[in-house]
Amino acid sequence: MSATDLALDGNAAAGILHAVYGAEMTLAVGTCDGCGTAGPIGAVRLYRTAGLVLRCPHCDAVLMKIVTAGERVWVDSRGLRALQLAAG
Amino acid sequence: MKTIILDVPGWPGHRAGQHADIRLTAEDGYQAERSYSIAAPADGERVELTVEDIDDGEVSPYLTEEARTGDELEIRGPVGGYFVWNGDHPGPVLLVGGGSGVVPLMAMIRQRGRVPTTLLYSARTLEDVIYRDELERLAGDGLDIHLTLTRSQPEGWTGHSRRVDASLLAEVAAPPDQRPLAFVCGPTPFVEAVALALVELGHDPGLVKTERFGPTGA
Repeated sequence: MSATDLALDGNAAAGILHAVYGAEMTLAVGTCDGCGTAGPIGAVRLYRTAGLVLRCPHCDAVLMKIVTAGERVWVDSRGLRALQLAAG
Repeated sequence: MKTIILDVPGWPGHRAGQHADIRLTAEDGYQAERSYSIAAPADGERVELTVEDIDDGEVSPYLTEEARTGDELEIRGPVGGYFVWNGDHPGPVLLVGGGSGVVPLMAMIRQRGRVPTTLLYSARTLEDVIYRDELERLAGDGLDIHLTLTRSQPEGWTGHSRRVDASLLAEVAAPPDQRPLAFVCGPTPFVEAVALALVELGHDPGLVKTERFGPTGA
């Protein structure tokens, strides 16, 4: 089994992303800081480790890491150059 | 595989393809949370989830083996807007499911209205086909159903018997120039293969929506 066989979609993070950003985020468009590709967060690769790791489906660079522990959530989104979503 | 039905007071309703997240908390405070596809269209405060047994899972074994009528669960949802059929796509719809990947697709079929829809459903054997009776009943009237049984076929089987590949997709799906909106759901290797084949056939990658279940399943 390759690592790709373990991948899920960004969809699987819809709930935690909604809790963090207070909005539906799977249709938000993220731009990868590695290769510049833009696409909906619902379509990126997601790996479940100690937390969630979202990777670019084109260049495999890490876009976001999300770790929940107790009542706190840590979000590292430095792999996203931009995040664009419906205003309001 | 088990279907569990939850009564969720205040549930706001959902769209076909959306998820619900279930969170379990152990006595020591350890929490585990997983996302499940909702199997049926909105029906008041009733939420139907179809859960696959996963031996080393943190949440599924509880739902399939331990949970009893009357237990209370922490649920968050509905969530997700990406793998959702809004009914506003002008062209036909193509649904491709592997194993239990048919679950969210069934929610879409049940609310499709008159949209021309093709379902290509891959299962190991005829016994593994979920919703068989309902699918037989719903076929026709703009709903084309193609089953492929990849491991064994009953005597006299006239359906397909090979894995979903580009030639099978070309045979059953609307051609790329009709711009079908495709939803592909199933185990990760299945979804990878189908999505790649659709793009190779000339379908617009932006019209191919995927939902991977991970390594288990069909």
